[in-house]
Amino acid sequence: MNFSLTLFNVVVAVIIIVAFVAMNAAYLVWAERRGAGRIQRRPGPNINGPFGLFQPPLDGLKLMAKQLLVPGGADKVLFAAAPVLAMFPAITSFVTIPFSDTLVAHNINVGLLCVFAFAALGSMSILFAGWSSHNKYAMMAAVRAISQSVAYEIPMLITVITVVMISGSLDLREIVRQQSGNIFHWNIFPLLGNSHNLLMPFSFLIFFICSLAETNRAPFDLSEEESVLVAGYHIEYGSMGFGLFFMGEYANIVVGTSLATLLFLGGWACPFGLFPGVWWFLIKVYALIATIIWIRWTFPRSTIYSLLNLSWKILIPLSLVNLLLTAGLLKVF
Amino acid sequence: MIGYFQEIFTGLWSLFVGMSISFKEFFSPVVTVEYPYETVTMAPRFRGHIDLVPDENGATKCVLCMACERACPSGCITIEGEKKEGEKKKTLTLYQLDFTRCSLCGCCVEACNFEAIDFSKEYNLASTRKEDFYFDLLKRLQEKRQ
Ligand code: SF4
Ligand code: SF4
Repeated sequence: MNFSLTLFNVVVAVIIIVAFVAMNAAYLVWAERRGAGRIQRRPGPNINGPFGLFQPPLDGLKLMAKQLLVPGGADKVLFAAAPVLAMFPAITSFVTIPFSDTLVAHNINVGLLCVFAFAALGSMSILFAGWSSHNKYAMMAAVRAISQSVAYEIPMLITVITVVMISGSLDLREIVRQQSGNIFHWNIFPLLGNSHNLLMPFSFLIFFICSLAETNRAPFDLSEEESVLVAGYHIEYGSMGFGLFFMGEYANIVVGTSLATLLFLGGWACPFGLFPGVWWFLIKVYALIATIIWIRWTFPRSTIYSLLNLSWKILIPLSLVNLLLTAGLLKVF
Repeated sequence: MIGYFQEIFTGLWSLFVGMSISFKEFFSPVVTVEYPYETVTMAPRFRGHIDLVPDENGATKCVLCMACERACPSGCITIEGEKKEGEKKKTLTLYQLDFTRCSLCGCCVEACNFEAIDFSKEYNLASTRKEDFYFDLLKRLQEKRQ
């Protein structure tokens, strides 16, 4: 293959993905603040620009103008690596996430596995930040994040296995192709369509709860609990180091909701079977993100014990039962 | 076993109830006031610092009986007056309030039999200098008249 053409393609793909992730991260912060405002019956940021739309770039400028400080006694290499690592998994995940049948940077036939492998790196960034900051609050946050990540990765992967068993593929494009058509063909819809899907709404619920926990979103944001840990793992970070953690959180949400859309909501398929395309994918992703923001401003933060209890006592047993029953359904029908 | 599932179900149900509440709030009108651009009218019983009340001509009603100065437990009020040529009564020349010590107790307002002082509705009071809180109330009254 022509080397320079390949290089060109790679550069274009990387630029588009980085721009997509960064824009999403920046404007989801705005959406979150506006949404939070509305739910609390106040306007939210509305001074800078129309509807406060200039707020994210101005916040970015303000953060960049701040001095980057490395606390004494910190592990300098890990301290610098942690914020980069917060953004990195989200960006690399988008390499294999298809936006439509044709719009994908690089499709590989184990795309699903690849995304989960990268997503697991996300908690590493929190571990690095907590470990290297030389700060007891950051350390506690890192410990919490790891125990949370271990607890929720299990039910999440078990429920993903149910989807993989039904579609028989780890290729994200193939998983969506099998759901193409109107809403009754989607994995989440249990009746009329595929009879194997009987437990899928349940799988979706478990997957959604786990993806909230995996992305450290409220009510599971125990690793940045202000009231107990001051700010959590990013306590020692200022300037763009903090900015990257902040953006990384939103970028990971986009990855999580994209996966939920691909696995359960038919990806780029239209609910009425008309004009499938990238717009349907984006509509579904943003609807899920809106739900996540809505959840955050509805529920108070849970505690670390109830968080772990929820996973080990409820989600893991239920997801195992779900896996067994789905295997049975596959065998019977 | 039944209790286990019941707990899950009631827990999940309560989450949906909570979400329906915040959904309704999302579409309800905003209740806050965008403060520097909009302000609320102060409640009638709001107590700002005291202020001289003008009569119909805009002049002070104060007759220099000194009841307020004596009533003030913190000694915030300083009143001076002089007798002008051809006038029977003294006229007020200085009514100073030391707001740094005022506790807004209202004893001065109560003590005045001539309704010459009342609480103002002023709440935008901020300064880095102590001197800014020694108010010359007579001057405020004259400025208000203009
Ligand atoms: S309100 Fe109370 S403390 Fe303030 S000037 Fe009047 S009497 Fe003094
Ligand atoms: S009590 Fe009233 S009339 Fe008497 S000095 Fe004070 S303000 Fe003037």
